[in-house]
Amino acid sequence: MGPSSMIVLILAALTFSTFAVLIAKVVTKFTTNAQKGQPYECGIPTQGKTWTQLNVGYYLFALIFLIFDVELVFLFPWAVAAKKVGLMALVEIIIFFFILFMGFLYAHKKGALKWM
Amino acid sequence: MLSFSNISKSIDTWLNATFNSTWTMLFEMVIAGVGVISLFAILGLVLVLMERRVAAWIQIRLGPNRVGPGGMLQSLADTVKLLVKEGMTPDGADKFLFNLAPFIAIIVAMLLMAPIAFAKNFQLWDMNIGVLYVTAISSIMVISILMAGWASNNKYSLMGAMRSGAQIVSYELSAGLSILAIVVLSGSLNLNDIIQSQADGWWIFKGHIPVIIAFIIFIIAVTAETNRAPFDLAEAESELTAGFHTEYSGMKFALFFLAEYINVFIVCAIGATLFLGGWMPFHIGNWESFNHIMDYIPSSMWFFSKTFFLIFLIMWFRWTFPRLRIDQLLNLEWKYLLPISMFNLLLVTAMAILGWHF
Repeated sequence: MGPSSMIVLILAALTFSTFAVLIAKVVTKFTTNAQKGQPYECGIPTQGKTWTQLNVGYYLFALIFLIFDVELVFLFPWAVAAKKVGLMALVEIIIFFFILFMGFLYAHKKGALKWM
Repeated sequence: MLSFSNISKSIDTWLNATFNSTWTMLFEMVIAGVGVISLFAILGLVLVLMERRVAAWIQIRLGPNRVGPGGMLQSLADTVKLLVKEGMTPDGADKFLFNLAPFIAIIVAMLLMAPIAFAKNFQLWDMNIGVLYVTAISSIMVISILMAGWASNNKYSLMGAMRSGAQIVSYELSAGLSILAIVVLSGSLNLNDIIQSQADGWWIFKGHIPVIIAFIIFIIAVTAETNRAPFDLAEAESELTAGFHTEYSGMKFALFFLAEYINVFIVCAIGATLFLGGWMPFHIGNWESFNHIMDYIPSSMWFFSKTFFLIFLIMWFRWTFPRLRIDQLLNLEWKYLLPISMFNLLLVTAMAILGWHF
């Protein structure tokens, strides 16, 4: 069907989910009380802020991921051409991976991959 | 012979003969939309039931068996139950993002349907960058999860979303690298070309040990990417109650649930297409009569049986392996799977260039 299928799929998803939510809204009976909107924390009131600080590890992993994800995008055109280019493609990718792996080892040495 | 491609072709010719081209296109869009929505709903119902039955079978109990013949209508009854549940928004929540997140999850799951070849000559969009499209779109999923977790105003949700974000982005790398192994071997990003390149044997048989390693890494990575046990840290029931969808209820929760199961189906379909030949029948070299018998089985049957085999495999994992801790999970990816899959890609490349595969 070509690129128009993307529009069809987005519209289909929107109709499907909107209808589901709307029907649920019509069918259900809403009640309110003071405790109902409280954040769930196993029955006791929430202590302190709910948007708390989190481990810095998440940030470090996301940073390393960024480098490797860009590497992955570079690899896609290479992968398509690899068979046609022949042995040269293999040599190039070995050099590419070598440089990348040095960076990876550096990050490992610095302790970025350790969970604190 | 009655097949999906024949049906779609006859509908197309009939519409072209009856209406002009604009109306034909519109009608085809409507038919495609309705078809996709019904596939969506049916897959959701079937997969939820299958999950419960497989779980019951593995744990030697009966599972759902009250509603309908043999419990077949259980998931339909669950849908009705979720429909009449009150879908509430917590007080402190970011209302806009909170309500937007399930819609994004559904849109992503729906968009992933586009390049998948369900049967011979039967797919929505025969695009030349199918593999890249799937990897790109599937990584939007993490945005909806982070959005849901952040907007919920709940510590459990925030923790679950953060874990899930770290986990999904990490495992995306080794999933991508193992997909690239097949792209190198077949020399194309088009899912149809990849299927055609497996006409004389699926890659998992043709590709020796490196492709088998890539397949195993792919299965592990997609299990993690779809937040399924043993990598279900995002919604670890015993520590985070329900992770990022703790505060969701009613139909919005159902949408998340549906999107999750559709994602499982899609990654298994991609796995089946790349490694197990998609709709390609099972052929053995020169066994003419055997190959002929295999050709009689419809192509859609082949596709769905392979996909459901992989889904069964992933459901099997859930009841076999204990859940990992977050540091173990990230160690597994960054210290084992990523270096292995990088080295494995080099092996596959050498194999493809020197022509060592069959």
